[in-house]
Amino acid sequence: MSTRIETRFRACAAEGRAALVTFVTAGDPDFDTSLALLKALPAAGADIIEFGVPFTDPMADGPAIQAAGLRALAAGQTLAKTLAMVKTFRADDDTTPVVLMGYYNPVYVYGVERFLADAKAAGVDGLVVVDLPPEEDDELCLPALAAGLDFIRLATPTTDDKRLPAVLKHTAGFVYYVSITGITGMAQADPTAVGTAVSRIKRHTALPVAVGFGVKTPESAAAIAANADGVVVGSALIDALRATLDSEDRATPATLPAVTDLVGRLAEAVRGVRRQAAE
Amino acid sequence: MNAPNSFRTGPDDNGHFGLFGGRFVAETLMPLILDLETAYNEAKADPAYKAEMDAGLKHYVGRPSPLYYAERLTEHLRAGAPAGMGAKIYFKREELNHTGSHKVNNVLGQILLARRMGKKRIIAETGAGQHGVATATLCARYGLECVVYMGAVDVARQAPNVFRMKMLGASVVPVQSGSKTLKDAMNEALRDWVTNVSDTFYCIGTVAGPHPYPAMVRDFQSIIGTETREQMLEMEGRLPDSLIACIGGGSNAMGLFHPFLDDPGVRIFGVEAAGHGIPSGQHAASLTGGRPGVLHGNRTYLLMDGDGQIAEAHSISAGLDYPGIGPEHSWLHDTGRATYISATDDEALAAFQLVAKLEGIIPALEPAHALAKVADLAPTLPDDHLMVVNLSGRGDKDIPQVADILGTSL
Repeated sequence: MSTRIETRFRACAAEGRAALVTFVTAGDPDFDTSLALLKALPAAGADIIEFGVPFTDPMADGPAIQAAGLRALAAGQTLAKTLAMVKTFRADDDTTPVVLMGYYNPVYVYGVERFLADAKAAGVDGLVVVDLPPEEDDELCLPALAAGLDFIRLATPTTDDKRLPAVLKHTAGFVYYVSITGITGMAQADPTAVGTAVSRIKRHTALPVAVGFGVKTPESAAAIAANADGVVVGSALIDALRATLDSEDRATPATLPAVTDLVGRLAEAVRGVRRQAAE
Repeated sequence: MNAPNSFRTGPDDNGHFGLFGGRFVAETLMPLILDLETAYNEAKADPAYKAEMDAGLKHYVGRPSPLYYAERLTEHLRAGAPAGMGAKIYFKREELNHTGSHKVNNVLGQILLARRMGKKRIIAETGAGQHGVATATLCARYGLECVVYMGAVDVARQAPNVFRMKMLGASVVPVQSGSKTLKDAMNEALRDWVTNVSDTFYCIGTVAGPHPYPAMVRDFQSIIGTETREQMLEMEGRLPDSLIACIGGGSNAMGLFHPFLDDPGVRIFGVEAAGHGIPSGQHAASLTGGRPGVLHGNRTYLLMDGDGQIAEAHSISAGLDYPGIGPEHSWLHDTGRATYISATDDEALAAFQLVAKLEGIIPALEPAHALAKVADLAPTLPDDHLMVVNLSGRGDKDIPQVADILGTSL
């Protein structure tokens, strides 16, 4: 049986286009708004949802996602609540893949086995855990694969050809190519360099390759989409959300539309690009 | 848990001390820490590197640091003890090193390694500023660019060290994220490193972070214990009976402890910062009040909530104000080889003043925590018990803060 992630990438490929992967932080700025946003993303044009698990010390994230996590935590978000949100979402949507993205400590403290069981039951499809390189595969990657959850690995510009096979070895679902050396939401990815890197990764794997960390605008999403199977946009959505909050970081009537409008424009941009080498 | 044959063989090839340690970093950094490990292993085997280290430690740092019999403190504590009780107290005088603390031992090692690796830009995190000052100093000495990340709260309470770093040519970046203290400075340094991968060397100041840092920093700091061993044998004709040192990340303690780990007759005490007291929740005692978790590249005891969110530590001492601890300490704690206790802000402040008046040595607030527990322990031990406390830093940097707390305006 195909997973939701496989099915979705295949469907996008059949349309000759890249998938739009949208990142928002669970619980930002509050549980209800975040759940409403999660539910609204597929209709707005998101093909795959990355749902950020807030952490106090997100060492790979820039100011936008750092602040989003702290807003969510201040509003009482926990890993259990994040799983509950996915479960609620899954009751209405059985096709859009949901990938949890975050750092290891909240999962470790929750308990790996319990987490995997609860995540699977909630309808989570995959995990991106930033601080678990292949050297730590025994921690969560191998148990996750055994539990039927994709463990999606990050490949970066510093991952050379010698190291790439080790990075890809237990990667499942798709490969997340980090297009810049740096943290989320800061530098802009160079589409030419990204194209070269994606080709390099594809020589080593049949998995789809999604590109993120330096994609900010519909224009840059379109440029990346020409050379990748998926485009991940995160900080730009968080920035759009933050701009609508009131002085006490509370949601306003403008919050939801601001994010879904941007998702719509990103989706349009990604769909407007024919893949040069759709497989 | 069964005791291992040796406590000095860790970590394993993957950087684990039992459950603790490891390499929990983003993929971008993984090739860099593997390169660092290779470079360090090559350097360790190179006599030229060792010769350069030895020369730097002798002529620039000013080693060996003295082992000093603290006679008046010993007598003061004996006066309050039963007859025949009151340990003989020695200070390992790391505060006499160039830059005023033990931090320089490690920084010298890492900067010489950075030079071998051809890195031109050095980044560091700092809490009290002692590691930042040591890094800025060695960067000035070797003509390297230096960027120091320091929590905005610490920038405010350690103003003399901020000025020193600037005088030495370093850029000091006040970190405004999170709790604005040492853990946030480390986050920001990691973010810098992940951004500037090709030319930058991350000089970590304590025995924490991803492998190989905990082992490498320990190796550089072990000069403290190695010298202490020789000096004590020379002065007393035998090994000490106990060692005691303060612990934030734990580098001064690990440096003193490590050469003695396989001497079962040597008792080992680490002193964490209990802040306003462990029950208050406002403290920095990761082993006493924390649980195992993963932060900053390693698994270790951490202060955190039930959801795995890292808690803000509290200590009067910026150098101990960290919610984690080096992974090797976590392992020594779990194996029972070392005993970890804690001292409150008030106890440290009292010891700071006591040692200044009795010994003419103004300790930093960090080792004042260890001195506070010396004052508790020494009277309970026989008078032939030899106790070494690591006087890891001098208190000049703390003068404005202590004056403020004592109600004196400078």
